[in-house]
Amino acid sequence: MSEIELLNWARGPGFQIASVIFVAGILIRLVEILMLGRKANLAEAKGSAMSSGLRTIITRTVPDASTYKRSVFTVTSGYVFHIGLFITIFLYAPHILLFKDVLGFGWPALPTSVIDATAVVTIISLVAVLVHRLKDPVKRFLSTFDDYLGWFVTILPLVTGYIAFHRIGMPAPSLIAIHILSVELLMIVFPFTKLMHAFTLFLARYYNGAISGYRGVQS
Amino acid sequence: MTNDLSRKDKTLGEALRSQGISRRSFLKFCAATASMMALPPSMIPTIANALEKARRPSVIWLSFQECTGCTESLTRAHTATIESLIFDSISLDYHHTLQAASGHAAEAAREAAMEENDGKYLLVVDGSIPLGNPGYSTIAGISNYDMLIDTAKGAAAIITVGTCAAFGGIPHARPNPTGAVSVSDIIKDKPIINVPGCPPIPVVITGVLTHFLTFGAIPELDHLGRPKTFYGQSIHDRCYRRPFYDKGLFAETFDDEGAKAGWCLYKLGCKGPTTYNACATTKWNGGVSFPIEAGHPCLGCSEPDFWDGGGFYKAISIPTENITKTTIYAAAAGVAAGVAIGATGRMKKASANKSHQKVTIDDLKK
Repeated sequence: MSEIELLNWARGPGFQIASVIFVAGILIRLVEILMLGRKANLAEAKGSAMSSGLRTIITRTVPDASTYKRSVFTVTSGYVFHIGLFITIFLYAPHILLFKDVLGFGWPALPTSVIDATAVVTIISLVAVLVHRLKDPVKRFLSTFDDYLGWFVTILPLVTGYIAFHRIGMPAPSLIAIHILSVELLMIVFPFTKLMHAFTLFLARYYNGAISGYRGVQS
Repeated sequence: MTNDLSRKDKTLGEALRSQGISRRSFLKFCAATASMMALPPSMIPTIANALEKARRPSVIWLSFQECTGCTESLTRAHTATIESLIFDSISLDYHHTLQAASGHAAEAAREAAMEENDGKYLLVVDGSIPLGNPGYSTIAGISNYDMLIDTAKGAAAIITVGTCAAFGGIPHARPNPTGAVSVSDIIKDKPIINVPGCPPIPVVITGVLTHFLTFGAIPELDHLGRPKTFYGQSIHDRCYRRPFYDKGLFAETFDDEGAKAGWCLYKLGCKGPTTYNACATTKWNGGVSFPIEAGHPCLGCSEPDFWDGGGFYKAISIPTENITKTTIYAAAAGVAAGVAIGATGRMKKASANKSHQKVTIDDLKK
């Protein structure tokens, strides 16, 4: 198989398979969670569940002062790589073309040099969180295979994308094919690991806020 | 003149002089060839010397499933270039598009050349070979496959001209109705130099011939059998529009302000980033321009399967299949599966509740 054949496969059937698993997997898990339902709460409501739930979705995005003080590194690096991932995935011109093709609409891109620098910062912060995870006895104790797999499939597209952009070491079609395949691996693993939090976190935050709101306590 | 030209023992230098090419322009050609092949200036006299003394090698040119575009590229230059004269000065003993003879007379010429220059002639092939049915493409009743096998036997080396011969090209494109394959899919025991392109740049074809005449060996090739001197760098890396790519400035349509300002054509489907060829440096029509300079994205014609990349105007980052449709079906299937799994869970819970028996005092006394 020539590298162009590999690239054509990654852009064609490979991406199709990954998209099916990604979309179907996420919806299966979300619908399953929603269908669990909750028992009716017979206690009298002491406040609005919904307003508290919606508020919590936003408030939990900002760490409270004491949490931040306790884990400055975890919070800061968490923000850095999440924002970095957002910028590199959603604001790079070639990626936006892909979203436009699938969704039917696009949005403005950032200059390529900004994406390039962001990718470096994101890769560094992801390496730092892994080192921290391995060094911190509590984090290491709590870590499972799922955590390391999630980390690996997240950093892989960043590294392969960076190499493909700078065209290092191999013919360009191979580099781009490897990058696309690494994204496809991420898409396939996504719904079945903790990476699923990208879709469940708002649901969870809303629920946490809503039960507190119902009881009339601060969430 | 014609008789003089066709003299087999004539050297290349003699042939060029007899056509009025001065020593100065000959050396200029040698210098240009040296720089094009990334050789040091000290090699110019060597090239000149070798070409000067080179006997016109016998060349047999086989055209299989092709469109004659490669031959056109080489011969239909606006003016008679020195490259085309070099080409005239090889002994092109068989080329059924160009030769006057046809049918059995033409085949006799091929057989005579093969016999006379056994083990020494250069075989040039353009076009792919159909394996589906030998009748898809025949010459004088001989199938392409048989003619290739027969002619390749006594060849010193094979040069595949054009993407069809090098990689299967357009006939090989999905669904490949003729079962077209490249020369290297069939011939395994001869040195093969792939000179792909649709068509290849004329100067690249003559450059490869010059290299063979100068050094008596095939040039350094990349992993796809292409001479590294011409196919060593991608169009993207040598593109004069590259700074716009780096800045993120793209033409969105063929007639917007970006297109007029000469911005990068990536979004219009340019395959420059994945294509290795000399277009951006050697250029076409005597160095006048190349497709990107004319405002059209690169099609990637010197790469295998360039016809199956999902469309010439689809950017490399866009999937080749219809992912919107795929994801809609996947979403519907996902929701259905989620509901089914959820419902099964609920049923289990309900039946567990139903069969649940409360523990009574009597049970505990047992």
